[in-house]
Amino acid sequence: MIEARHLTKVFRDKKRGEIRAVDDVSFRCAPGRIYGLLGANGAGKTTTLRLLATLLQPTSGTAVVAGCDVCAQPDQVRAQVGFLAASTALYGRLTAREMIAYFGELNGLARPEIAARTQRLAGELAMHEFLDRRCEKLSTGMKQKTSIARTLIHDPAVMIFDEPTLGLDVMAARAIVRFVRACRDRGKTVIYSTHVMSEAEKLCDTVGIIHNGRLVTEGALDELRARFRERDLEEIFVRAVGGELETGLR
Amino acid sequence: MNWSNIFTVYRKELRDSLRDRRTLISMIVVPTLVMPMIMFGVGTVMTKVITKAQAETVTIAVIGGTDSPAVVAALRAEAKFQVVKTPADVSRAIGDKMLRAAVELPAGFDAALAEGRPATVRLLYYEGELKSGMGVGALEGFFRDYRGKLVERRLAERGLSADLIKPFEVQKRNVAPPEKVGGNLLGGIVAYSIILLCFTGAMYPALDLTAGEKERGTMETLLCCPASRSAIVFGKFFMVLTGSLGAMILALCSMALSAMVGGAMVAGHGLAPAVRHTQQAGGLALAIDPLGILGVLALVLPVAVLFSAVIFTVALFAKNQKEAQSYVTPMIFLIIVPAMMSMLPGVELNTKLALVPVLNVSLVCKEMLSGVWHWSYLALIFGSTAVYAGAALAVAVAMFKRESVLFRA
Repeated sequence: MIEARHLTKVFRDKKRGEIRAVDDVSFRCAPGRIYGLLGANGAGKTTTLRLLATLLQPTSGTAVVAGCDVCAQPDQVRAQVGFLAASTALYGRLTAREMIAYFGELNGLARPEIAARTQRLAGELAMHEFLDRRCEKLSTGMKQKTSIARTLIHDPAVMIFDEPTLGLDVMAARAIVRFVRACRDRGKTVIYSTHVMSEAEKLCDTVGIIHNGRLVTEGALDELRARFRERDLEEIFVRAVGGELETGLR
Repeated sequence: MNWSNIFTVYRKELRDSLRDRRTLISMIVVPTLVMPMIMFGVGTVMTKVITKAQAETVTIAVIGGTDSPAVVAALRAEAKFQVVKTPADVSRAIGDKMLRAAVELPAGFDAALAEGRPATVRLLYYEGELKSGMGVGALEGFFRDYRGKLVERRLAERGLSADLIKPFEVQKRNVAPPEKVGGNLLGGIVAYSIILLCFTGAMYPALDLTAGEKERGTMETLLCCPASRSAIVFGKFFMVLTGSLGAMILALCSMALSAMVGGAMVAGHGLAPAVRHTQQAGGLALAIDPLGILGVLALVLPVAVLFSAVIFTVALFAKNQKEAQSYVTPMIFLIIVPAMMSMLPGVELNTKLALVPVLNVSLVCKEMLSGVWHWSYLALIFGSTAVYAGAALAVAVAMFKRESVLFRA
């Protein structure tokens, strides 16, 4: 379970002054569900997810992730979370196996357990062929599989995905989408941020639209369609953010 | 503090760094090669250059002297001088290295000597030019002997003994053991090199483990794990310290080995006799007090901690390796200046200087390598450097916990 309660993050910049990257955001996601966070670039998606993964500390408000408070128990929260983002890279000079084992050890797993889980994950993700190859020598798809195995090695209850298909080709992106569904099917709580509407339509049980740091609307896809009297999620998104983005491009 | 996580991070960083060519060069290759290069390369080349210059004939010219054939003939008879035709501009010829030096004889020099009148001989040379300096030294020696023989002849003509003007002899005897001579000669440069290697050994791992990770996107990956920020920073810091200490230990081992091999060679297995003679005469003693090396090792430990923590903190602040390099590289001058100051004559250890980082260690290392142990200063230097190192490490940990540093965009 994830519950964000009035999450707020303010950055102070010498030139731009005070920036409210996340402004009073509250939402809830239950186990076995996928919550999609939709927003344009700079809307506050990444900051929200970094707050949930305890990479950043909220300025005010809090969140409870798998029963642990992000402000009071950040280490315990991270032990329950698998965080995968386009910006979370691999150590190029380590092999895929070493990379997975490193994060297994940091998550407190014993070596035999790490070895067993690595074998299982390598089988599920078809990684055996490149498991002992250095990450710097892997293709984008192989790297993505290694990253997935890295996030799953400690079998977290919560998965957070921050634009995981960014820069991937169609096949690699489809593999990610399949993997996110598999996480839901295993009963994990999943948060998925994207600005690709088709991905959100395919994956998300609930969608929250974030704009200028504020959660402007949220609900199941059917609820949103009824509320905005639109079938197309892209149209719903544009109306939810007040059409500013489209106007802004003219 | 979870030591298991610290060790996990350290072990991964060590494995990662040992696969990085730049780290290997700064941590292993450079420190291993620098000491033999200093002790053999520079020493042997200098000895050879000096020996060769000493063996060469000295090209000189004589200004005047047409009315003084005796002294000119004596100069020509001397095997080490080659008297050439006097050029129009003697000073320029010396500057252009056509001549090493020149002798300017006053008019009627031979006659003045015969009549017992005073006369002045001028020697022209180029100050700061090694061969010209050696040439003028040889000329001074020649005229000293020439004058000595003249005095002896005059005394003999008057029926007086030569002992009249030389009532006693003066002899010099070196009482310094070889390690003290070695420590004094090489101590400064050895301490300077070790301190510099300590810095450069820490530099590449620190850049790679902080700004490098931020640039490659692996820092965010690492921060997602449940290990505490303190455990991560200590694991990484120990790797940087390993780089610094590794460079220093390799430099010391290489230095000890060079000294041993050098000693064996001086004992008669390889060096040219002229070089051996120079070294045996104490001109280039390679022996260094072995206890001094252990002392340096102990004292440089807090310096390595200080350097590692400072470089780590500065590099952590940078967004990428290029930016980190631009911050860290100028810091080398902050190390070089005090380390070089310790080699200046007259800069002696006192209570105030014992509190100046780097300079204090450079000064005391030089003394330790010469076999001189100032225990009170050693305690003060070790204590003060440890305090600075502790403070720098605390800053590094605090910086690693700051979002504005870790996610600086």
